[in-house]
Amino acid sequence: MKIIVAVKRVVDYNVKIRVKSDNTGIETANIKMSMNPFDEIAVEEGVRLRESGLAEELVVVSIGHKQSQETIRTALAMGADRGIHIQTDEEIEPLSIAKLLKEIAEKEKPDLFILGKQAIDDDSNQTGQMLAALLGWSQGTFASKLTLDTSNANVIREIDGGLETIKLNLPAIITTDLRLNTPRYASLPNIMKAKKKIIEELVPSDLNVDISHRINTLKVVEPSSREAGVIVKDIVELVDKLKNEAKVI
Amino acid sequence: MSILVIAEHDGSALKGSTLNTITAAAELGDVTVLIAGGNCDTVASQAAKLAATNKILVAEDEIYSTPLAETFTPLILSIARDFSHILGPASTFGKNILPRVSALLDVQQISEIVAIHDSDTFDRPIYAGNAIATVQSKESIKVLTVRATAFEAATEVGSPAEIAKIEIVTAEKISEFISTELTKSDRPELTQAKIVVSGGRGMQNGENFIMLERVADLLGAAVGASRAAVDSGFVSNDYQVGQTGKIIAPELYIAVGISGAIQHLAGMKDSNVIVAINKDEEAPIFQVADYGLVGDLFTEIPKLEAELQK
Repeated sequence: MKIIVAVKRVVDYNVKIRVKSDNTGIETANIKMSMNPFDEIAVEEGVRLRESGLAEELVVVSIGHKQSQETIRTALAMGADRGIHIQTDEEIEPLSIAKLLKEIAEKEKPDLFILGKQAIDDDSNQTGQMLAALLGWSQGTFASKLTLDTSNANVIREIDGGLETIKLNLPAIITTDLRLNTPRYASLPNIMKAKKKIIEELVPSDLNVDISHRINTLKVVEPSSREAGVIVKDIVELVDKLKNEAKVI
Repeated sequence: MSILVIAEHDGSALKGSTLNTITAAAELGDVTVLIAGGNCDTVASQAAKLAATNKILVAEDEIYSTPLAETFTPLILSIARDFSHILGPASTFGKNILPRVSALLDVQQISEIVAIHDSDTFDRPIYAGNAIATVQSKESIKVLTVRATAFEAATEVGSPAEIAKIEIVTAEKISEFISTELTKSDRPELTQAKIVVSGGRGMQNGENFIMLERVADLLGAAVGASRAAVDSGFVSNDYQVGQTGKIIAPELYIAVGISGAIQHLAGMKDSNVIVAINKDEEAPIFQVADYGLVGDLFTEIPKLEAELQK
């Protein structure tokens, strides 16, 4: 079995982002970047399937700036076998990402394609579902447990109000939710080993995919912020305020 | 403009987030609601009574009794070209299905809109709500998911809308529903509750959540949690409020032992009134709280329970 995992380089989740003063986007110069946390979970899941012997090869793909190769190296250090980097400085929309990944899937013919459920920068939550649609594959989104045999994937999904279990024919798309696993830290020897692993370099035009924008971002602004309120001295005052001032209880 | 809303329901009623989506759709034009399910009569008549709806389309078949993206997508595609906009709730239902529809229409979806400027321009939060992007779509059909907390629920009753049956669409079976396991609770659902009492890492363990449940029951409130509490295994994932959990905006949100990481604030900062109880006076949660109480939750929450019982 062959597995592909897609990873995205995003602003680190601990960074407090700032909107650019000209309202064209987010300040990203000199800011710590990391692998999207949901993609780390996707890589971990792939590595575990690789280690269990169910998968023979784990390929990691990323689309973006030259520095995305660092993110691919992180995944290689976690245990992926080889990388594919589709290099572009353009910001690419989820549908175009899905089209590029479809070309990779058709070339590599994996049995399973694992992606994070959403990237924490644009919060779209679309790419996995779109890739499943374009390939005509089944989809197991927001997965919190994945069990595989040779022709099926059993997926427990996080849904509003509880859990849902579905059975997918392979090949299938999986998108990861938080509880699927806890990603490992790469060890130093594995980081050294990852430097020797192969990363294939492509550009979008190699795959004949039109990546032009369908959506214009007109402006990006700070959300309206809340003012800090008052500190009450005790519970009696709190309940009094909620009853008589805010009138919410 | 003809607007299609993909309804989420449980066989007996529309889900709350679909009612919010219908309000958003009515801002754009005439609203048609698609109800697919094993048994749709009750839900269809509920939708038809709403003042904001113009037409109800019903696709009734066992294959729709559980909402698999693989079966719902071809059905939606069979009518999609009749509409300028296709909207669904940004719930796990809508998030699962609509991108699949969007890709097959060759359309770039816009996720989680929170405001509508005109027929092609919308606001949506990015970076966990730490920025709001105004985006304009050039697509011939706009596919949108709607953040429920940004729009009122459509509840006003008006002249009944026409109900019409549509053909079901069978697709090659590549996925299969096995089971659902819903969390059972007598408390209101987190996304619908007027009052929410949430606990964080400060709760220390799952047993201590009973203290919050007692307070919640006195207030008729739902119980929520921060990701830290969920990750520590205190409560299950469906309690989680935040960027990657539930986005809520109740009348009153009481944060107990929650420091207020930006990912948590993303899920609750639109609440009408926020109360924070935390022993760390430097906790960022106090910067968004209308009322803050600095103190040990293990002494303050029993006091709160006693005061509410008075």
